[in-house]
Amino acid sequence: MSAAAAASEAIEITPELAAEHGLSADEYALILKIMGREPNITELGVFSAMWSEHCSYKSSKVWLKTLPTEGPQVICGPGENAGVVDIGEGLAAIFKIESHNHPSFIEPYQGAATGVGGILRDVFTMGARPVANMNALRFGSPDHPKTRHLVSGVVAGIGGYGNCIGVPTVGGETEFDPAYNGNILVNAMTVGIADAGRIFYSAAGGPGNPVIYVGSKTGRDGIHGATMASAEFDQDSEEKRPTVQVGDPFTEKLLLEACLELMATDAIVAIQDMGAAGLTSSGVEMASKGGVGVELELDLVPMREEGMTPYELMLSESQERMLIVLKPGREDEARAIFEKWELDFAVIGRVTDTGRLVLKFHGETVGDIEVAPLVDNAPEYDRPWEPTPKSAIIDTDDVAAPNDPMDALKRIVGSPNMASRRWIWEQYDHMVMADTNQRPGGDSAVVRIHGTDRALAITTDSTPRYCLADPEEGGKQAVAEAWRNLTAVGATPLAVTNNLNFGNPEKPRIMGQIAGAVTGMGAACRALDFPVVSGNVSLYNETSGEAILPTPVIGGLGLIDDLDRTTAVAIPREGLNLVLVGKTKGWLGSSLYLREIESRADGAPPPVDLAAERRNGDFVRGLIQAGRVAACHDLSDGGLAVAAAEMAMAGGIGADLVDTPEGLALHGWLFGEDQARYLIAAEDGAAIVAEAQAAGVPAAVVGQTGGDALTVGKTHTISIHELRRCHEEWLPSFMARP
Amino acid sequence: MKTAVIVFPGSNCDRDAAVALEAAFGTRPAMVWHRDNELPDLDLILLPGGFSYGDYLRSGAMASQSPVLRAVKEQADKGVLVLGICNGFQVLTESGLLPGVLMRNANLKFVCRDVDLVVDSTASPFMRGYATGQQVTVPVAHHDGNYFADDATLNRLEGDGRVAFRYAAHDNPNGSARDIAGILNERGNVLGMMPHPERAVDPKLCGIDGKAMFTGLVEALVPTIMEG
Repeated sequence: MSAAAAASEAIEITPELAAEHGLSADEYALILKIMGREPNITELGVFSAMWSEHCSYKSSKVWLKTLPTEGPQVICGPGENAGVVDIGEGLAAIFKIESHNHPSFIEPYQGAATGVGGILRDVFTMGARPVANMNALRFGSPDHPKTRHLVSGVVAGIGGYGNCIGVPTVGGETEFDPAYNGNILVNAMTVGIADAGRIFYSAAGGPGNPVIYVGSKTGRDGIHGATMASAEFDQDSEEKRPTVQVGDPFTEKLLLEACLELMATDAIVAIQDMGAAGLTSSGVEMASKGGVGVELELDLVPMREEGMTPYELMLSESQERMLIVLKPGREDEARAIFEKWELDFAVIGRVTDTGRLVLKFHGETVGDIEVAPLVDNAPEYDRPWEPTPKSAIIDTDDVAAPNDPMDALKRIVGSPNMASRRWIWEQYDHMVMADTNQRPGGDSAVVRIHGTDRALAITTDSTPRYCLADPEEGGKQAVAEAWRNLTAVGATPLAVTNNLNFGNPEKPRIMGQIAGAVTGMGAACRALDFPVVSGNVSLYNETSGEAILPTPVIGGLGLIDDLDRTTAVAIPREGLNLVLVGKTKGWLGSSLYLREIESRADGAPPPVDLAAERRNGDFVRGLIQAGRVAACHDLSDGGLAVAAAEMAMAGGIGADLVDTPEGLALHGWLFGEDQARYLIAAEDGAAIVAEAQAAGVPAAVVGQTGGDALTVGKTHTISIHELRRCHEEWLPSFMARP
Repeated sequence: MKTAVIVFPGSNCDRDAAVALEAAFGTRPAMVWHRDNELPDLDLILLPGGFSYGDYLRSGAMASQSPVLRAVKEQADKGVLVLGICNGFQVLTESGLLPGVLMRNANLKFVCRDVDLVVDSTASPFMRGYATGQQVTVPVAHHDGNYFADDATLNRLEGDGRVAFRYAAHDNPNGSARDIAGILNERGNVLGMMPHPERAVDPKLCGIDGKAMFTGLVEALVPTIMEG
């Protein structure tokens, strides 16, 4: 027996060691039952990784099952590396969002960079060329001493990876809140395009077929990353720095091109990237999906360091690696491709018919686990939960009216959560691949499908303050806003990917937030025919007992059939009618106005009427697709006034808005966050209003475009120049603070 | 009309460049792998943007030592046109085909945005689609675009009319000396520039101010072929 194998067997397995691996006493008892004996350290490591929250979804699965995942457009729903939808003309879009929260807090540059690298691999593993990256970021209070360091590192990491590999980062969202002081959120999304007839899956098959390893060598980085992502942080989190992986986007670019080249042949049976839990999860998942066994010779794994043990090889999260099952006899052809791209290539095992994961090291068996119970008997918890108490509905009359509404507007557009994100997205190459039609800063990014006049629209959305006040309405709202953002550029919404970021699920209050948010999301996805095709769950986002805001992020994908029939937020010319679509009650509960102007963070969030969302959105999309809309913006944070201001700033052309309608308060009218609303600029406002009424859609002409200022009711006015100054100034000066 | 795009491991604007060349010339460029020692007879060689060899060591440094660069140098010496964009410009300075160096941006950050450029010299086949003093808008996307050379070199570049583009005075995105965005070699057949004209050839994307470079090259090269 080799020294390493001997050492690995020599470690005594105790319940304490199991606990250190994040396994509960019950879970360890189940392992003993499945194995029929005490596991060795390598086997314990495999169970620990596979049964971690991150890999097993053990706390969330019971809720995830309630989400709608089907539709005529869906080619592949959740369960594979990413979701796949039909986008016509023989093509498919493959997309997913994934979190890299815990590593990014510990080491922001590498944490964020490898988050991007991981999600890119999930997409190209399935045969797609990635065409766009997006992200959703949440940081702590701007006043927290760590915030600038984290913003700067995360943004540089996202840019460093995406810019180098040459996939444009076309948009995203960034928010600040003290609740993220100890747990930032870095959610990265990739969209790729593939031939709909050539999608690659992970189910291994064909006993005797070679299992090959390609990409980078395996080192000791990231061991236990998945376990780390499944626990709360405490004062000693800094000590976990060695569990953060290190990315190499150059190698990933080579891996991308080599994989796509191999995929153009018919040599591949199955392919799976090595992400969280590395060789363990890729090997086990490929075997499990295919209902077969896999035997790996771990000493054949290309290694970066000497003396690595089977345990380390199975749990390393070294980046830029793939596991592939080839058809028999195709090894030389595959090897030639990977050698051309100067990547490691090794045959490290074979598919078997035993249904077991067998690990060998220099000829000795160092692990032997039956795959089915390892996967099927993974714990699944219906954790106790408490519904979130309803917040009181705030009457607009109980909120002080602003002395000067334009001063309030200025403060809102210049506030940390509304200020321009230009400082961030100018560090991302958002145009490489030369298909970016709408850049960051609008409602959705729009990326042309290469070589056609069609395009994909992409957005990421979540409003955590609504979710905190009412998880169910907040969950609905996140979906509805994503759907609206796609609609606002003229896209037909197709499907979503979601990233559920919450605190510790073992606390009933937190579990209640998860239950509420997923219930709301499910209702909205059903009502809007907007199924969930992929996603990721990140729990235990707590430090010293303080949880983040419940943050269910929705990544939405839509299809634009004709790039000549799309709209952006910028007002393109003077003399257009501004038409407000949707009903305004002046809802100020949980609004930005309340927070920024009144320093209050209370009240029920705006309710989401899903039937109205659908009716109003379908109406607006119809107008855009008929070529009748010159500019369009969905109304969300900050309501009508902020939407009008953003349209004016983007186009450099002002607008006159009418006075507050009868029955509404000025601040409710300007800053209310009622849902299902859009502001559109069009030539024929009166005709649009008449058609809207006929369709049962509330609509009114609320202004005209023109001039170089935003004016309300002829009395309140602010220049575009001043708005831009406030909007553009905050983030760069915050980041440059001495 | 024969054009080629050199592909290094880590190039990522090779496809964008090929699309722009094909749109202008009507024929597909040859895509030449970095290990090729020999090039076919060509009229124009394009070194594309990206991160050749990961830009490890220094941007463009390893690519400048690759086998294909020897062949590119031979062709350049024969007068074949060579256009280096972004990482391609970095490869040209690292290989000595153009003077000076491209340092890290002055603010140390990657920058991707439209910039206003002023056409400084039209005295080369690359620039015949433009007019001297013309202002155009073309995107940049780089981390190392801060052009530097000693004063004598800068004076010579300016004196010889070898500055093709400058950033408009208000719009230098990287701290380049004398706002230099693109320069020519002495013979005028090698141009290196940080902005991406190949991204600005379609009104649905980044505007069309880059198109004149490619249409100008077509005009410059077509008579050569007719005569040949």
